[in-house]
Amino acid sequence: MDLKSNIPEGPLADKWKNYRGSMNLVAPNNKRRLDIIVVGTGLAGASAAATLGELGYNVKAFTFHDSPRRAHSIAAQGGINAAKNYQNDGDSVHRLFYDTIKGGDYRSREANVHRLAEVSTEIIDQAVAQGVPFAREYGGLLANRSFGGVQVSRTFYARGQTGQQLLIGAYSALSRQIAKGQVKMYNRHEMLDLVTIDGKARGIITRNLLTGKLERHAAHCVVLATGGYGNVFYLSTNAMGCNVSAAWRAVKKGALFANPCYTQIHPTCIPVSGEYQSKLTLMSESLRNDGRVWVPKTVEDAEAIRKGEKRAEDLAEEDRDYYLERRYPAFGNLVPRDVASRAAKVASDENKGVVKTGLGVYLDFAAAIERYGKSEAFSKGIDNPSAEKIRELGEQVVEAKYGNLFQMYEKITGENPYKTAMKIYPAVHYTMGGLWVDYNLQTNIPGLFALGEANFSDHGANRLGASALMQGLADGYFVIPYTVGTFLADEIRTPKISADSPEFMAAEKETRERLEGLLAIKGNQSVESFHRRLGKLMWEYCGMSRNAEGLKKGRELMRELKEEFYKDVYIPGTMEEFNPELEKATRVADFLELGDLFALDALERKESCGGHFREEYTENGEAKRNDEDFTYVSAWEWDDDNPKVHKEQLEFENVELKTRSYK
Amino acid sequence: MKLTLKIWRQKNSTANGHFENYQVVADEHMSFLEMLDVLNQQLIEKKQDPVAFEHDCREGICGACSMVINGRPHGQQKGTTACQLHMRAFKSGDTITIEPFRASSFPVIKDLAVDRSSLDTIMQAGGYISVNTGQAPDGNAIPVDSEDSSSAFDAATCIGCGACVAACPNGSAMLYTSAKINHLNKLPQGKVEHNKRVQNMIKVMDKEGFGKCSNVGACEVECPKEISTDNIAALNRYYLSSVFAGND
Ligand SMILES: Cc1cc2nc3c(=O)[nH]c(=O)nc-3n(C[C@H](O)[C@H](O)[C@H](O)COP(=O)(O)OP(=O)(O)OC[C@H]3O[C@@H](n4cnc5c(N)ncnc54)[C@H](O)[C@@H]3O)c2cc1C
Ligand code: SF4
Ligand code: FES
Repeated sequence: MDLKSNIPEGPLADKWKNYRGSMNLVAPNNKRRLDIIVVGTGLAGASAAATLGELGYNVKAFTFHDSPRRAHSIAAQGGINAAKNYQNDGDSVHRLFYDTIKGGDYRSREANVHRLAEVSTEIIDQAVAQGVPFAREYGGLLANRSFGGVQVSRTFYARGQTGQQLLIGAYSALSRQIAKGQVKMYNRHEMLDLVTIDGKARGIITRNLLTGKLERHAAHCVVLATGGYGNVFYLSTNAMGCNVSAAWRAVKKGALFANPCYTQIHPTCIPVSGEYQSKLTLMSESLRNDGRVWVPKTVEDAEAIRKGEKRAEDLAEEDRDYYLERRYPAFGNLVPRDVASRAAKVASDENKGVVKTGLGVYLDFAAAIERYGKSEAFSKGIDNPSAEKIRELGEQVVEAKYGNLFQMYEKITGENPYKTAMKIYPAVHYTMGGLWVDYNLQTNIPGLFALGEANFSDHGANRLGASALMQGLADGYFVIPYTVGTFLADEIRTPKISADSPEFMAAEKETRERLEGLLAIKGNQSVESFHRRLGKLMWEYCGMSRNAEGLKKGRELMRELKEEFYKDVYIPGTMEEFNPELEKATRVADFLELGDLFALDALERKESCGGHFREEYTENGEAKRNDEDFTYVSAWEWDDDNPKVHKEQLEFENVELKTRSYK
Repeated sequence: MKLTLKIWRQKNSTANGHFENYQVVADEHMSFLEMLDVLNQQLIEKKQDPVAFEHDCREGICGACSMVINGRPHGQQKGTTACQLHMRAFKSGDTITIEPFRASSFPVIKDLAVDRSSLDTIMQAGGYISVNTGQAPDGNAIPVDSEDSSSAFDAATCIGCGACVAACPNGSAMLYTSAKINHLNKLPQGKVEHNKRVQNMIKVMDKEGFGKCSNVGACEVECPKEISTDNIAALNRYYLSSVFAGND
C-alpha cells in the first residue's frame, strides 16, 4: 500500500494558505444535499459538527454519552496553547511549530504541525466570541501562563477547568445547530461498526444504549472524533468510558492504525491506593513550577516511611535525594513529562518509593511556602517574622496559585498537602498514536476522516502540555470544514445513500452476531476483571520502559487473555435493554486486540523516542533515538495473526534533527 | 469497614422500583463509586444483576454521577460530587441509602440512572452566542472587566448534573438555567441576544416539565459546584426587564 500524505506543494509557511485558496469547494446548494456523520462530540467532534452544520451540510452527530457536555474533554485542566504573542515575549507561529516538532521528538509531520500552529490563534478568537471565560488581566485583556518544556507564555486558561469551558463553548455552538435542525443529535448511541460501500465509508451501525436497538445510519462520509485509547491500561487519567472501539472497528474495515505504542505517561498523578482503584487523577503539571520532587536517600528511610514510622517532614535535608535537580541541573523539576516519569520509576525501582505500594515519590511545597512566606513578610514590612508567620503567609500564596488542586488532592487522599508533602506517581494520560490520516485528516479509507485524539497526526512521539485541546479544536473548527470538501466535491452527484443496501444489512447482522456471541459465553469472570488484568499486562510490559523480551512475553500473555475472555467472560442481562456491562464488554474485546498491536509496534520500533523508551536503546541512561532507521510513521494493517506495517517516511526540510537534552 | 447498602432497584422506566439491602466490605480510601464497583463485582460473581449508575470522569467535572445518598443529592459533603466522595466519610456498621435523582423531568432509566436530556433541550433554546466559526474578531478586541469575567466564570462552573433539580421540592431547574444564562449575559459578547435568550430558555424550561421556583434554596445547598442562588435573583430581574422590553 502506498501511503499518500497529500502534503501540498510550496514553502512550509504558505502550504495551508495556498491549499485552502485553491482546493475544490462544494457550493452551498450542493452542501444541502450532502450528509455527514460525525461520531464523537468532545472538543474535536462538537466543533466539527457545529461548523459543518453552519456551512449547510446535513450533519448527524453521535455520542455514547447522555450529552455532548460529558465527553472526556471536559476534564482537561491546564490550558490551551496559541501563538498569539500577546505577551510580546517572542512567540510566533514558527516557534510554536518548532516547539511542537521538537517536543514530539521529531516523529511528526512538519506540514501538519505548521498548520496547527497557524490556526491556533483563530481558536482563541473563536472561543472568546463564544463566551469562553478565559483568565484575564486587570485591564481586561487575556492572560497567559507558561507550560512545560517551552520558553514563552502562550497558554490560555480558564482556572483549572479549561477543558470544561472550551467544551461548553463547542457544545453551545453545537446546540445552536441542533436547534436549527442542521445537526441531528444522537445521544446515548454507540457506534459498533463502520459500513463501507465500494471502498468508501458510507455509514455506521449504532446501538441505542437506552433500548439496545441496533440502527443503520448512512451518509456521504464519516468523521470519527472518538478520543484516545489510554484506557487500554485500565488505570489512566482518562474518563472511565474512553475507548478505542470506533477507531478499531474502522481498522477492522481496513483503516490503518499509526504508532500505537506512543503513549504519554504523566509524571504528576495521585498514586494508586489499592486493588480496587478504578481510575487515576491528574495533578496539573503547573505544580512542578513550585513543588520539589524527592525520595529518601536510603532504602531504610523509605521503608520506615512506607510502614508509617516516619513522615516526609522527619527527614533532614541531607537525607533527601532531589533526584530531578541532581540528574538534570539545567531544567531541574521542570524536565518534560516523559523524562520526569521515567526518573520516578527509577527511584521506585531502587526501592525508595514513599507509599505503601512502593510506587510513589514526594512533591514537596515546603521550600516554596517558606520562600513565598519570606518575600511576603518582606513586602508587607514585617520585621523578624516568626516561623509560623512565614508559613502562614507562604501558604496563602500557594493557596492562591494552586488552591483548587490542593483541595482536590485532600478530597482524594485525606491528607493536607500544605502540611505534609504530596505523593505522586506517573500515570497513563494521553495517546499520541491513532488512526493514520493524510494532510486532509482522511484515513486510507476514502470518505473516512479522523480528528482529535483519535488520529495520530500532530504530536509525534510525545505531546506538549496544552496542545491536545489546541489540536482537537484546530481539527474540528478550522481543518475538517475545508478538507472534507476534497472528498465531497466529487460526490455532489451521488444520491442519498440508502441504509438498506446489502452492505448495511450485512454489517448490522455481523454486529448482532458479535453481541449475541459475547452474551452467549456465560462464563464466570466479569468484564472488569479482564480489563484490569489487561491493564496490568500493559503496564508491566508496555509501560514506562520496555524491552524486547518483555514485549514478546506481554504479547503472548495478552493473546492468552483474549482467548480466556472469549471462553469465560460473563455478561449479565440482554442485548435489548440498557446494559452497561455489555457496553464495557465490546470495548474490552477491542482493547485486547489493540494491546497486542501496541506491543508489536513497541517491539518493532528499535529506538527510544518521546514516550517510547526501550531499555536496549539508551546512552548514559537517557533515551537514544535512531533517526537513520526510524524516522517514519508505523501505520499498521490489522490481521489477527500477522499485522502488517506500512511506513510513511518523515521528511524534515525546515528543522534540523537534534538530540533532546535537559541536563 | 462493613456497610449495609439500601439501594433503589428499578428494572426500567415503566417498572415499579423498590429498595434492596446489600452487605459490602469497603476500604476507607475508596471512592464512593469504587465501593459500588465492589458491590457490582460481587453481584456479577453471583450472576445477579449489577446496580446501574452513571459515571465517567470520576473527578467531579463531567456531571455524569447522579445519586441521592442518605437523602442528599451527591451525599452530605459540601461542594462534592458523588464520585469525589470517599469512604472515610463513613464508618463501619453504617447503613447507607442510595436512590436515583428524583424529578418528573428526569425519568428513571434503570436503578440509579436517570434521563437528564431535558437539560440539553434548555441549552438548545438559547444557551449560546450566535457566532459562526471564522466570524470572530481578535480575542483581545473586546476587553472584559476581570470582575465580570470572574462572575461569568462562577456561573459557568455548573457541571450540568441536575442535583439542583433533584434537591428542589418543586423539581425546578432554575439554578441550572440561571447559571447558564448568567454565564453569557455577564459577558459583553453575550449581551446582544440577552433578552431573547432569557425568554426562550425560560419558556423551554417550563415546557420540559420542570417546576416553578419558590425560593426554597435547597438547590444551592446541594449544588456540588456551589452555584449561588444570586444567579436566580439576577435571572428574575432579567426576565422582568426582558418582558418590559417586549422582546419575545
Ligand atoms: C485529566 C486530563 C487533563 C488534561 N488536560 C489537558 C490540558 O490542560 N490541555 C490539553 O491540551 N489537553 C489536556 N488533556 C488532553 C485532552 O483533554 C484530550 O486529548 C482531548 O480533550 C480529547 O478530545 P477529543 O475530542 O479528541 O476526544 P474526547 O473528548 O475523548 O471525545 C470523544 C467523544 O467520542 C465519543 N465516542 C467515543 N467512542 C464512541 C463510539 N463508539 N460511539 C459513539 N461515540 C463515541 C464520546 O462519547 C465523546 O463524545 C487532558 C487529559 C486528561 C485526561
Ligand atoms: S447548578 Fe449545580 S446542581 Fe445544578 S446542574 Fe449545575 S452544577 Fe449541578
Ligand atoms: S463521574 Fe464525572 S462528575 Fe462524577
